[in-house]
Amino acid sequence: MTLLSLGSGVYQAAEGSGPGVYQAAEGSIQTGAWLLVALPLAGAAVLLLGGRRTDRWGHWLAVGLSWASFVWGALLFFSLLSYDPEQRARTVHLFEWVHAGSFQVDAGLLLDPLSLAFVLLVTFVGSLIHVYSVAYMEHDPDRRRFFAYLNLFVAAMLLLVLADSYLLLYVGWEGVGLASYLLIGFWNQNSAYAAAAKKAFIANRVGDVGLSLAIMAMFAGFGSVSFSDVLSQSSHANEGLLTFIGLMLLLGACGKSAQFPLQSWLGDAMAGPTPVSALIHAATMVTAGVYLIVRSGPVFDGAPNAQLCVVIVGAITLIYGAIVGCAKDDIKKALAASTMSQIGYMMLAAGLGPVGAAFAIFHLLTHGFFKAGMFLGAGSVMHGMNDSVDMRRYGRLSGAMKITWATFGLGWLAILGVPPFSGFWSKDKIIEAAFIGDGWRPWVFGFAALIGAGVTAFYMSRLFFMTFQGSAENKRWPKDAHPHESPLLMTAPMMILAVGSAVLGLALGVSDGLVHWLEPVVGAHAEEEPVLAVPVLITLTLVLVALGVALAWRMYWQAKVPVVAPRGSLLTRAARRDLFQDDLNEALFMRPGQYLTRSLVYVDNRGVDGAVGGLAALVGGLGGRLRRVQSGLVRSYAASMLAGVVILLGGVLAVRI
Amino acid sequence: MNLVHWLYLSVLLFSIGAATVLVRRNAIIVFMGVELMLNATNLAFVTFARINGNVEGQVIALFVMLVAAAEVVVGLAIIFTIFRTRRSASVDDANLLKY
Repeated sequence: MTLLSLGSGVYQAAEGSGPGVYQAAEGSIQTGAWLLVALPLAGAAVLLLGGRRTDRWGHWLAVGLSWASFVWGALLFFSLLSYDPEQRARTVHLFEWVHAGSFQVDAGLLLDPLSLAFVLLVTFVGSLIHVYSVAYMEHDPDRRRFFAYLNLFVAAMLLLVLADSYLLLYVGWEGVGLASYLLIGFWNQNSAYAAAAKKAFIANRVGDVGLSLAIMAMFAGFGSVSFSDVLSQSSHANEGLLTFIGLMLLLGACGKSAQFPLQSWLGDAMAGPTPVSALIHAATMVTAGVYLIVRSGPVFDGAPNAQLCVVIVGAITLIYGAIVGCAKDDIKKALAASTMSQIGYMMLAAGLGPVGAAFAIFHLLTHGFFKAGMFLGAGSVMHGMNDSVDMRRYGRLSGAMKITWATFGLGWLAILGVPPFSGFWSKDKIIEAAFIGDGWRPWVFGFAALIGAGVTAFYMSRLFFMTFQGSAENKRWPKDAHPHESPLLMTAPMMILAVGSAVLGLALGVSDGLVHWLEPVVGAHAEEEPVLAVPVLITLTLVLVALGVALAWRMYWQAKVPVVAPRGSLLTRAARRDLFQDDLNEALFMRPGQYLTRSLVYVDNRGVDGAVGGLAALVGGLGGRLRRVQSGLVRSYAASMLAGVVILLGGVLAVRI
Repeated sequence: MNLVHWLYLSVLLFSIGAATVLVRRNAIIVFMGVELMLNATNLAFVTFARINGNVEGQVIALFVMLVAAAEVVVGLAIIFTIFRTRRSASVDDANLLKY
C-alpha cells in the first residue's frame, strides 16, 4: 500500500535554508500528518462497513478518532511553532498520484500556518460537536450512520485544507460536499429534507464547475496544479489568465460558501440535524470558500478585477444575509442567514488582499466558535421545546435553560462585536480594512460593512430576545411544552465554545498574534490608514450596534411578540422569501431548464425516433405489400416465370439486334 | 421442305403448352401442358441439329425425354397424394404455402 511506504518525505519548502535542519521527533510527527485524514476516514469506514454490530460503541469510536486527530493537529502545531516563521511551510510527500506525460501530480500535504489554523479549528470544534451529538442523537435509530458521516466529513475537510495541490484540494472539496449532502438529507424519509439535500448538492455542483475550470486553466497556463508552482508563477503571469482563474475560483467559493448568487441552498440545508448545521453549515465547510480565496492570494493579487469581484460578492452577501436574517422566524434559518452574512464579511476581507486576508481567517476562527456555539444552543433549545424551531413560540426561556441561555448570550455578544468578546476583535478589523484604499471603494464597501454590523446587531438581538427574553406576557410556549436544560454531554461543548467566543478574539487579537502567525502565508502589508480615523470607526460601529440592539429590545422584548407572524412590510415579506432568490432561480434557470429538457424530449420522440421509426415503418409497409405477391396460386407463379423469361429473352434480343 | 417451319410448329406447341399450364386448373391437364412444352423444345432441339448438321441437339432431346420420364413419375405421385388427402386435383386449391 502506498500510504504505508511514506518514507522520509519531509523536506524544507523554504529554499536556501541549507540541509541538516531535520529534527527527528518533529519530522516523524510531520511525516505522520496523513494520520490526521486517515483516522477519521478509518472511523467512517468501520462504522459504515461494520453495520449494526457497531451500534453500541460506534459513536464513541467516532468521538475518539476525532479527538485523536485534534491531538495530532496540536502536536503538528507545536512542531511548526519551533521553526522560524519563514520556514513554517512544510510539504509532506505522500505518493505519486497522477503521472501522465508532462502532467504530474503528487499527493502531498502542506503544513503551514494557514492550514494548521484550519486543522485546529476543524478538529477542535468538530470533536466538541461529536461529543454533543452523542446526546443529541441519542434517540435516533441511525445514530451510527450519523457518526460515520460526521467522521467522513472531518476527514474530507482536513484533506481539503491540508492538500498541497488544487487537485487534491478538489478531492477534499467534493468529499465535504458529499458529506454535507448525506447529512442534510440524513432524515431523508422526509421528502422536503431530501429535496433540500439535493438543492445543496446541485448548487454546489455549479460552484464546482468553476473550481474545476480554474484547475484546468492552471494546468493550461502553468503546467502544474500544485500550490507552490501556481502561486509562485502567478506573480509574472498574464493578467487575463489570472482574472479567469480568479473568477472561476470565486465561483467555486460562492457555491461552497453560500455566497451571492449561489447562496440559496444554505437556508434549506438547515433540514439536517442541528449538530450538522453547527459543524458543516456554520463553522467549517462553508468557510472553505474563504480558505480557497486566501490560499490563492497571489492569483488574486495579480488580477485586481477578480479581486474586486470577490469584494463585491462579499459585500452583497453580507447585506443580503443580514436582511434575510431580520425576517426569519425559524431559529435555524435565522442563524443560517447570519452565517451567510458573516461569511460575506470574510469574503470581503479576503478580497481586499493582504490587508484583509489575515482578518478574514481571524473572523473565520472566531465565527467558527461563536456560531457553532449558538447553533448548539439552538439545538439545545429545540431539544427542550419538542423540536420546535418557531421563535414565535419561544420567549423567556432564560429561566428554564440557564446554561443554554448563558452560552448563547456569550455567542450573541461575540457576534455583535461588543468589546472585549471575540467578534469585536475580528469584525471590527474587517470594517477598518474595508475603509482602507482610495477612490470610491473604501466608502462603498466600508459603509456596507458598517451598516451590516448594525443590522447584524438587530437581527441577532431579535433572535436572542425572542428566544430567551421578553416581558412577562411574552411566554409564548405551546401548551405541551416543558422546556428543560439539556444533559451535560450537550451543555459541556456549548460551555467550551462559549468560553472560546468570549476570549478567543482577545487571545489571538490583542497583540496581533494570529496576524503574525499567518504572515508567511498571506504576506505582510504596509500599514495603511483607513479613510476615517480608527477611533471614529470603532465608535460608529458601536453606536450602530447599540441602535440595533435598542430597536430589537423595543420590538421583541418590551412589546408582545405575536404568535402568528404579521403580514409585515413589503421588505419583510420579501426577506421571508429570501428576497425572491428561489423564485429568481426558478424563473431564470429551473423553468427554462425544464422547458429545454421537455423540448429536447419532444424532439427526441418526434424527430429522432420519428425518423428511425418512419424508416422502419416504410420498409415494413413495403415488405407487407411485396408479400402479397406470394399468393399461393401456382398458376400465377408460372405466369410470372413466363413473363420473366419473355422479358429476359426480349432484352437479350434487343441488345443483340 | 424448309426446316424453319418445324421451328414455327415448335413455337406453336410451346405456346399451347404454356397457355394450358396458365389457364387450366386440373393438375393432370397442367401436367400435360408441361409435357407439351418439353416436347416442343425437343422438336426445336432436333430441328436445330438438322439445320446445323450435328448430333448435339438430338443428344439433348434424348436427355430431356429421360428427365421428363423421371419428372412424370415424381409429379404424378405428388398429384396423387394431394388428391388423396384433399379430394381435389385443382392446382388453385393447393395454396397453403403463401404469405
